[in-house]
Formats: sequence, structure tokens, C-alpha cells
Amino acid sequence: MSSGSTLTTTPFEPLNPAETPVPHSGSASMVAIARRQRLQDVFFHRSTQVFSLLVLVALLGIIVSLFVNAWPTFQKFGLHFIWRVEWDIVNEEFGAAIAIVGTLASASIALLIAVPLAFGIALFLTETCPAWLRRPLGTAIELLAAVPSIIYGMFGLFVFAPLFADYLQVPLQKLLGGLPIVGGLFGGATNGMGIMAAGIVLAFMVLPFVAAVMRDVFAIVPPILRESAYGLGCTTWEVVRKVVLPYTQKGVIGGVMLGLGRALGETMAVTFVIGNANRMPTSLFSPGTSIASTLANEFGEAADLHLSTLFALGFVLFSITFVVLALAKLMIIRADRAKGT
Amino acid sequence: MNFDQKIYGRRRRANAIGMALSMVAMAVGLAVLLWILGVLFSNGLAALDWNMFTQDTPAPGSEGGGLRNAIVGSLMMVGLTVLVSTPIGILAGVYLAEYGDQSKTAELTRFVTDIMLSAPSIVLGLFVYSIAVATVGNFSGYAGSLALSLIAIPVVVRTTENMLRLVPGSLREAAFALGAPRWKVATMVTLRAAKAGVMTGLLLAIARISGETAPLLFTALNNQFFSLDMSSPMGNLPVVIFQFAMSPYDNWIRLAWGGALLITLAVLVLNVLARVFFRDKVRG
Repeated sequence: MSSGSTLTTTPFEPLNPAETPVPHSGSASMVAIARRQRLQDVFFHRSTQVFSLLVLVALLGIIVSLFVNAWPTFQKFGLHFIWRVEWDIVNEEFGAAIAIVGTLASASIALLIAVPLAFGIALFLTETCPAWLRRPLGTAIELLAAVPSIIYGMFGLFVFAPLFADYLQVPLQKLLGGLPIVGGLFGGATNGMGIMAAGIVLAFMVLPFVAAVMRDVFAIVPPILRESAYGLGCTTWEVVRKVVLPYTQKGVIGGVMLGLGRALGETMAVTFVIGNANRMPTSLFSPGTSIASTLANEFGEAADLHLSTLFALGFVLFSITFVVLALAKLMIIRADRAKGT
Repeated sequence: MNFDQKIYGRRRRANAIGMALSMVAMAVGLAVLLWILGVLFSNGLAALDWNMFTQDTPAPGSEGGGLRNAIVGSLMMVGLTVLVSTPIGILAGVYLAEYGDQSKTAELTRFVTDIMLSAPSIVLGLFVYSIAVATVGNFSGYAGSLALSLIAIPVVVRTTENMLRLVPGSLREAAFALGAPRWKVATMVTLRAAKAGVMTGLLLAIARISGETAPLLFTALNNQFFSLDMSSPMGNLPVVIFQFAMSPYDNWIRLAWGGALLITLAVLVLNVLARVFFRDKVRG
């Protein structure tokens, strides 16, 4: 008697007690099925796990391969590589300081401009915007965050830089150039290319991204908190300053740092307008270079120590952004936890 | 009373200034972004013509030309990337959603995936150069696809996981109560229920990689001629745009604007599609 048929028929037939199968003996094939399914489950578990571990393997691979390829440079210059100012391809004298300064300066300018604007946009979208406008404006911001960075670069090169030279650099230099210390910051040629222009174009690029993150963070504030504050007679501004911001502090910082991570590693929006000069920038207008744009410009013709130096620059960039992004992520995780309690 | 009114007036003024500034920020933001899109569309539409799709990229100094080789190259590389990163991304996402609560490695994987989402793409290009170009000895379309996959996979993993987590627990429990094994629940119940969400993630991943320039510079390089051979250097839109925009030739710059418009349109359409997909599913 096949146990399978017994099992399917038992509920429907009155059973002769003598024929009733003992619970275990009748389910031999059930046990087989269960065993097979267990095997399949283990297989499924492990194989999906392997795929998810691929991401970790990729990260390790990136770190190891960059470091191995950069080794000749690290060996020759040691840790001094980071603050050496030389960049002499012919004599193979390299240092990362110029590119690091350019990267940090352009990203800082970008954030100084983009963060207040993004905060205003997020505030408008969550507090004052009429409900029917909220969705279309929010979607517009999100769509603009998806526009490829090379578009921002082209815009910077063909449209922004010429206007920047005529309408910002020249007047600013006239106005501030004569001042003792500040004047130096605004000296140099006014052809539109340089650290400042790159920073502003980068600001345009990260603005929608940071604004979208901030809006999402502001939206998690429980309505009851907001309403209680309004009930006490707070103005909208006070609700934002004293309820929304303290509540979302970590999320906001996390969002800003995500934006910083993007700005530091951006290649295309920067390369078009930073001027690509391997000189230490002396003013906000002077041309410079960032790590990413040095890589984009010089990698094609590099060989030997020059090539390994570019890998070293990549390693430095990856380390900086990794730390920034990890901190951002930790902040956001903490913000989420706070929301949960 | 007088004093109170002074405070009240000050608070009102602070509020008015704050709100006005936020509106100014919104206006500035929108104006800048519309300005950029306006420039793109006016230059791009002026450059758009039929030759762009039927002719290959022109040699330096020659007249006319199009972007056919670059468009085909981009489509092939993005296509291969989708074929590679879809299964990997979805399976990894399933793991994180189904087994991810129980292990430390899953937590670490999630953390690293989030970092890879924003990692500088040019560094990914360096990595792929060192493992797939330097070892083989030549630039290739395959290397380009590999670099793009490194960007696409984290996007697919994270959206898949998030979408699977949106599937109501009761659905999963009902399937378990029927005696379904875990792999069947995961593939035939939750994954099927989250199909639209997973599609959204895929579309977003395609949108993300179709405009990426930096990782292709050292991997696929560029090819002035039409080629379907992915084991050799391949023309692709982003790198062509980069080279042509920096060039002194007028027809090259015109083609760069045309290509930029094509890429942006593709990215925007994919994003809108992803949104429609997801919204329909949530409503239905």
C-alpha cells in the first residue's frame, strides 16, 4: 500500500481502526519530501549567501588591487606622499597634496552652497508647500538628482564658466581684490575655470540629492510632535528649528555627509571646469585639480611610477570617501534606531 | 503686554524671514535646474538629426558624422551589465531580506552595499582596469560592462531587499503554514509579490549606469569605428561626449550636445517608468 494514497484518502473515509496507519510508518515519503526540501533550503540559503558575499569580495578586491598597484609609489615616498606638493612626471617626483587640496576645497565649496539651499528646499517641501504642489516638486527634485553628472560638467564648461568669469569673478576681484588677506583669495586670472567654479557646479549637482535626502528625513518626524508644537503656539520656523531639526539631527548630518561623499568622488562635473593644473591653488579662482580629474586626465598616458602614483591617488580618494560614507551610514542607522524607539 | 507684543513681533518676523528664505531656496534650486535642462534641450535639439543615428563618429577635422557606433556600444554594454547584475543583485537581495536578520555578515554586507552605492565610480574603473584590462592586455567592452555591473549590483540588491521587506508577513506565514519550504516561499511567493518593486530597482539601476562616464574611461575606452566585438575597445556615448565636448571642433561639440540630450532623455524616461511601475503596483 502506498502511503501517499493513504494520506490523501484518510480524511474522507471512515477508517477501520485496525487499518489506521501508525503516525510515523505512513509518512515515510513525507519524511523523504521533508528531507529533500531541507536540502533544497540549505542549498538556497548558501547560494544566495554566496551572491551577497560577492559585494564584500568586490570591496576587498578594490582595496587590495588599488594598494598593490600603488605599492611602488608608497614604497618610494612613504606617508610623505600625502603632503608632498611636487608633481613632475618627467623626473618621477610625485605628491598628492595638490589633488587632495583641490578635492577637499571644491567639495567644501559645493557643500557650503548646496546645504543651506537643500535645507530651504526640504523645509519648503515639508512645511509650507501647498499639498497639490508637493508631489510634482518632489518628483522634479528626485528626477534632477538622476541627471548624469557629465551634463552638469558640460553646462559648467559651455554656459556657466563664461558667465562666472564676467559677472562674478571680475566684480568680486574689483571689490575684494585690494583687501589685505581676503584679497588673496580672489586673485588670479578670471577665465571662469578654477576651484571656485568647480565647487559651484558641484553644488548644482549635489543639491537635488541632498534636498531629496533631507526631505525624506524631515518627513519621518511624527505628526503628533509637530502638532503639539503648533498647539503650543509655535511659528513654523520655531517648529522647524526646535522640533524637526533636533529630532532629525543625525539623519540630516548623514544626508549632508552622503552629499559630501558624492562631491568628493565626482569626476565629470569637476573635470570640465576645475582647470586641470597641477599647481597648488593660491586663490579661490586659480585653476587646480582634484584626485578624480587627475585620474581622468592622466591615466591614458601614464606608465610605470606615474601609473602607480595614479593608483595611489585612487587609494587615497577611496579611503577618504569610504570613511565619510561609513560615518554617514552610521549616522543614518542611528537616526533610524531613534525613530524606532 | 507691550513687552509680550515685542517678543511676539520678533517671533513673527523670524518666521517670516525663515519662510521667505526657504521659498527663495526653492526658487533658486528650481531656476538653476531648469536653466541646466533648458541649455541641454536647446543645444541638444539643435544637434539632433537623422545622421546622428546612421553615421559613425567623425575623424578629427572631418565634417558631419553621427553617434551610431557609440549608441550601439552603449546599448550592448548596458545590456550585458543588466544580464549579469540582475540575477546576482536579486539573489543577494533575497538573501538579505530572507536570512539577513540572523547574521552579522548580512549586516556587514548591507553596510558595504550602501557604501558601494555612493563609492567614487572612477575608482571602480581603476579596479576593473587592474583586473580585466592590465591582465588581458587590451581595453574591452567586457571590462566596461564589468565596471558598470559594480555600480548596478548594489542598486539592485538594496531595492530588491527593501521591496521584499514591504511584502506583508501574513503572506509569507500563510505559505509556510501550507508547508512550503523556504526557497519556494522566497521565490514563488514573496519575490512574485514584489515583482513590480524589483523591476523598479532594475530600471533605476539601468538609469544610473547609462550616464556613467568615469568607470568607462579606463575600461571600454573608446572606438572611433563601428564594432560589435565586446572583447575589443568599444565606442560608448558617455566617453564620446567627454572627448567631443573638450575638443576644438564645432561638429564634435554639436554631437556631444546631441549625445548628452539622448542620455538624459533615456535616464529621465527610465526614472519615470520606474515610478509609474511602482505606483501602479502599490495602488493595485
